Amino acid sequence: MLELKHVGFETEDNKEILHDVSLTVQERFVAITGPNGGGKSTLAKVIAGIFQPTSGQILLDGVDITHLSITERANLGISYAFQQPVRFKGLKVKDLLSLAAGRNTSVNEACNFLSEVGLCARDYIDRELNASLSGGELKRIEIAMVLARGTKLSIFDEPEAGIDLWSFQNLIRVFEKMCEQTRGNILIISHQERILNIADTIIVVKDGDIVRNGPRAEILPALLGSADVAGPACDMLTDKMEGSVTP
Amino acid sequence: MIDAIEKKLLHEVAELDSLPVGAYNIRANGQLQSRNITANIDIVTKEDKPGIDIFIKPGTKNESVHIPVIISQTGLTDLVYNDFHIGEDADVTIIAGCGIHNCGGGNARHDGIHTFYVGKNARIRYVEKHYGEGDGRGKQIMNPTTVIHLEEGAQMEMETTQIAGIDDTIRKTSGDAAAGASLVIREKILTVGDQHAVTDFVVDLNGEGCSANVVSRSVAKGHSVQEFKSYINGNCACAGHSECDAIIMDDARVIATPGLIANNVDASLIHEAAIGKIAGEQLIKLMTLGLTEQEAEEQIVNGFLE
Repeated sequence: MLELKHVGFETEDNKEILHDVSLTVQERFVAITGPNGGGKSTLAKVIAGIFQPTSGQILLDGVDITHLSITERANLGISYAFQQPVRFKGLKVKDLLSLAAGRNTSVNEACNFLSEVGLCARDYIDRELNASLSGGELKRIEIAMVLARGTKLSIFDEPEAGIDLWSFQNLIRVFEKMCEQTRGNILIISHQERILNIADTIIVVKDGDIVRNGPRAEILPALLGSADVAGPACDMLTDKMEGSVTP
Repeated sequence: MIDAIEKKLLHEVAELDSLPVGAYNIRANGQLQSRNITANIDIVTKEDKPGIDIFIKPGTKNESVHIPVIISQTGLTDLVYNDFHIGEDADVTIIAGCGIHNCGGGNARHDGIHTFYVGKNARIRYVEKHYGEGDGRGKQIMNPTTVIHLEEGAQMEMETTQIAGIDDTIRKTSGDAAAGASLVIREKILTVGDQHAVTDFVVDLNGEGCSANVVSRSVAKGHSVQEFKSYINGNCACAGHSECDAIIMDDARVIATPGLIANNVDASLIHEAAIGKIAGEQLIKLMTLGLTEQEAEEQIVNGFLE
């Protein structure tokens, strides 16, 4: 379980990005949404240790990780899929998957991770993570790396962006499966209704503050403008999810 | 006989742990150590200057030639001229390399001048590796010069690697290509400490439809200095591409001077150059996978030079 207590973050030039954020992530899927520039990605980076909070406290399973490094947090079980995946000249997909898994991944293992995100291992394991890969391919590989890590907390910053031909259904199935395997929590930053629709909890961040935080059924209808719109969409997606989860 | 130090050098530069299969010429401390020729590949000692002529018969397929040079004596300066005469339609691999072990106070130096005459439609893969070690005060110095002449339809791929160990090096490569010929050069360099490396490429694209692709990846650490010069002269309808990527670390310096000279309206020439430190986001990404900053840096550098 992840807990943030009164977390604030200011940039070096004293611009306040996060004001006073308190939240807990204990459900399977927690979605963070809100307008662009509201502080969502900063919040994810503060949790992953990329930014040190300027005030407040962060706890992972009761352990204070506020001042731990990125590496230490990663080793305690936090994974973070970047909104804009990083390219590496020279490092190949199999290298990154091996680093993520913490061991040399076999072709079979790499195939498991990559096929989950709709990529054929045979075509990709020897590809460099360079400019020859499209944004969508990089995004899927980024998700596969989080799968390879299999940690108790996985953070995804707008995972749906650039996911082109690959359906949302598969993305949702990946999250489902990840939860089953890690028995952990997934924190997703998203603007997409279809992603919000699978969240147990939705947190709305705006201007560095949490403006709403509660169960999906309570938050989503208001976000979409009316309960009439949200209601059937939820049911429809729930049906689809049930249909797509492999036994 | 080859001693333990020389064995290690042979392993480093040519991955040889025993005598290779096929043709070879091993030169140790300025002298011929051993040689083997085959029905298709002849090796002849030059009479007018130090070095050898390597003759590969037309049509020779799937054979290899190893020509490592090793130096384990301090204070030795070795100069050698090796000429490769590759017959039409041959398809061979040539593995060169120079290893220096210098534990004395004097400099150890090897200057190799390699000239390739690649016949019509022949294909050649040329791999050279430079390696130096030694805890003495003397420097390891290497100045390899490679001259390449490609006849019509000839193809040459050159892989040249120098990972630390060499204190001072000027690496000159020049080439000319006739119609339909193709030259690919891949260079990898890592310099550390106070090392100094100069790379100088000049390629003349002379024949219709010929091409050259020069790709250099380098990492400069410590106080080392690297200079990269590349000139591609497009004298006809041809395609030239050069790419220089350098990672700069610590107090190192990297100077890249790319040059494209189009002497013909149909010459298509491209140059890409990028010098920069390791991107912060690359380090952060690997740290989020559980690596320390130092481990992340090693992975990025190793991958880059892979």
